[in-house]
Amino acid sequence: MDLPTVWFVLIAVLFAGYFFLEGFDYGVGVLMPFVGRTDNERRAVVATIGPVWDANEVWLITAGGAMFAAFPRWYAAVFSGFYLPLALVLAALIARSVGLEFRSKEADPRWRRAWDAMIWAGSLVPPLIWGVAMANMLRGVPLDAHGDVVGGVVPLLSPYTLVGGLATVALLTLHGALYLCLKLPPELVGRAERLAYLVGGAATALYFAFVVYSYFATPVVARIGLDPGSIPVLAISSIVAVRFLLGRRLYGWAFAMNGAAIVLSVVLVFAILYPHVLVSTLRPSWSMTVAAAASNPYSLRVMSLLAVAALPVVLAYQAWSYAVFRRRVSLRDPFHY
Amino acid sequence: MTIVGLARLQFGVTTVYHFLFVPLTIGLAFLLAVLESWYVATGDAAYRKLVDFFGRLFLINFAVGVVTGILQEFQFGMNWAGYSRFVGDVFGAPLAVEALLAFFLESTFIGVWIFGWDVLPPRLHALTMWLVALGTSISAYWILTANAFMQEPVGYALRHGRAEMTDFFALLANPQLWVEFPHVEFAALATGAFFLAGISAYHLARGRQVTLFDRSFRLGVVVALVASLLVVVVGHAQARHLVRAQPMKLAAAEALWHTSPPRAPWILYASIDSVHRRNSHVLAVPDLLSILAYNRTVGRVPGIDAVQADYVRRFGPGDYVPPVFVTFWSFRLMVYAGSAMVLLAAWGVWLVAKERHLRARRYLRAMVWAVGLPYLANITGWLMTEVGRQPWTVFGLERTPEGVSAGVGAGAVGTTLVGFTLMYGAVAVAGTYLVVRYVRRGPGASEPRAAPAPSASPEPA
Repeated sequence: MDLPTVWFVLIAVLFAGYFFLEGFDYGVGVLMPFVGRTDNERRAVVATIGPVWDANEVWLITAGGAMFAAFPRWYAAVFSGFYLPLALVLAALIARSVGLEFRSKEADPRWRRAWDAMIWAGSLVPPLIWGVAMANMLRGVPLDAHGDVVGGVVPLLSPYTLVGGLATVALLTLHGALYLCLKLPPELVGRAERLAYLVGGAATALYFAFVVYSYFATPVVARIGLDPGSIPVLAISSIVAVRFLLGRRLYGWAFAMNGAAIVLSVVLVFAILYPHVLVSTLRPSWSMTVAAAASNPYSLRVMSLLAVAALPVVLAYQAWSYAVFRRRVSLRDPFHY
Repeated sequence: MTIVGLARLQFGVTTVYHFLFVPLTIGLAFLLAVLESWYVATGDAAYRKLVDFFGRLFLINFAVGVVTGILQEFQFGMNWAGYSRFVGDVFGAPLAVEALLAFFLESTFIGVWIFGWDVLPPRLHALTMWLVALGTSISAYWILTANAFMQEPVGYALRHGRAEMTDFFALLANPQLWVEFPHVEFAALATGAFFLAGISAYHLARGRQVTLFDRSFRLGVVVALVASLLVVVVGHAQARHLVRAQPMKLAAAEALWHTSPPRAPWILYASIDSVHRRNSHVLAVPDLLSILAYNRTVGRVPGIDAVQADYVRRFGPGDYVPPVFVTFWSFRLMVYAGSAMVLLAAWGVWLVAKERHLRARRYLRAMVWAVGLPYLANITGWLMTEVGRQPWTVFGLERTPEGVSAGVGAGAVGTTLVGFTLMYGAVAVAGTYLVVRYVRRGPGASEPRAAPAPSASPEPA
């Protein structure tokens, strides 16, 4: 594999890590008002992600930084081309992070309700927009000869891309529900489980709809043919399996299967894109390839060495942080958020 | 306003806002690690109380710093696609490495630190704060590596219509970086120290929890003095580097329209006429500019006219003069704020040495307001650095208008500018409200556990 391809894969890995880890944070945020009825219960819900959400978000920052460093033209086209959607994601991330940190620092119920609303909206908007963005990547964007996405926000919105957005919201919300089944105090697990069934149905339906819709709305048939191959089949079977695992209270397995569906979906989007990073709907020859978008070989080599040296250490201490807080949250914990 | 103007304003607003929170994060993380280590070493509960109290203030600040940092990274691609394409090969790498080496470290261990009390053994818990402090400083190093490239591009070659990295170690050893990084690092430490000392002074002046805040006050003023002095020393090295590397920035920062006499004075005050290119009502200290630029009393500093002629020879026709008024006054304000910091910290250390600080009410009250001084110096320092580099984004390589996103309309940039500014304002108001409440309430009062019913909402104890 040549270095640009290695970095394309690495960026796929970083996004997969981001959606897997921060995915359940978003889901927990979306479900918080439904699982936590009293303030103390809502604090318990926030406490399930309390020690880890900040580091989970760094996967996104690292993915963005890696795109900038390894594929400057791709980074420039995507970030300026999805301008207003990305601005909304950023606004949501600000509202959510500040909400998590500020909500319990004041006792006034109005203060807490206001920040809870911020956490909720700030957890809902990013999956929606990332879903829309990924659907756009699959369908192609109005990319011009200079490598700029033209036309503003309107061409990015269509029934197809919205289905992509909703499917992502449902999938990550299910992820959050399953995570809550693993981490909530025993008194609250029942609620999370009921929500997991509810959201699980919607997620399965929307995901299936999105895959089928992709055959009609995108050039995917031309790229990979009618038989979608093993990855989407595995992804859909994983989501379907969640339901049965839930019925047997195998929360860990259910969470892992849904996580597999998320990771496989990200892998699939990148696999379909390859060897392009952006497909132009204006003229096929204006599509941007991995090779054309890449930084020079020296720069990629330097970063590869750094990544090889640092990533295992990062993974090790992040895994350790999960091990430290592996037990269930209790309603009698001294909550820090 | 043009799209370039709007994009610049947005970058300025975001960067300044982000940098209101960053220095305190860097400086206070280190001081918290020291306080917690003392707690672990002595077992004295007073230190634990101090760590809890200042730790909570730290976290309010940390959260805002992190999220505005994401904006900082995304903003290059969103508003400055041309710039990103042109320099991404060199400039992107330090940002990616920063995320990998620094952001993961600080974010993972801040989470462990917050929730790890009573879960981890005390020594390990103290270690997590040291790792957070280390992460914040590594972060500063890498982001300044990127900024130093904009000030003084090194380790690159112009190929395929862009700047490509040819020597990573040249980036790491950029001479600009090695005056800029210590300057920022010590300034951040001074910011944290003034914060620690100022808030301790607030309580000492009121005679509250004196034995507790006496300790943090002593640590605060001593670190404040050492850090502020080092900022000045490194700042001098920076000026000596500037006169060689970016003479136009120094000339603009001095409003030096024409090359100076052999013994150049340093202007304390002048009213600047940028149209006729002259100053009036000048109040100056003899020889000081020569000392600043060359470390001796004799030395001509090239003026704006001479550097402009030189740049035209090097870079072709064009106007290479940055906004003189802003560059001049941001430099003055930084120097004045920094000098006041040195004096106040030295006075504090003297009072502490004589054990007279607890009775020096007026000094203690002044120290509360002095918390604002490092903020003023940090912001004006960046204004001078960035405005003084204009018209370049990357000195000698790319001019600012060339970097802007071609596919983004002025309407979109204007909309997000207004939106983000309003949001920053709201977050600043909420954050300041929390900090002020916590400071007034003092330590000991733990976070309210559960919200009282809406009908009965007395002040929490």
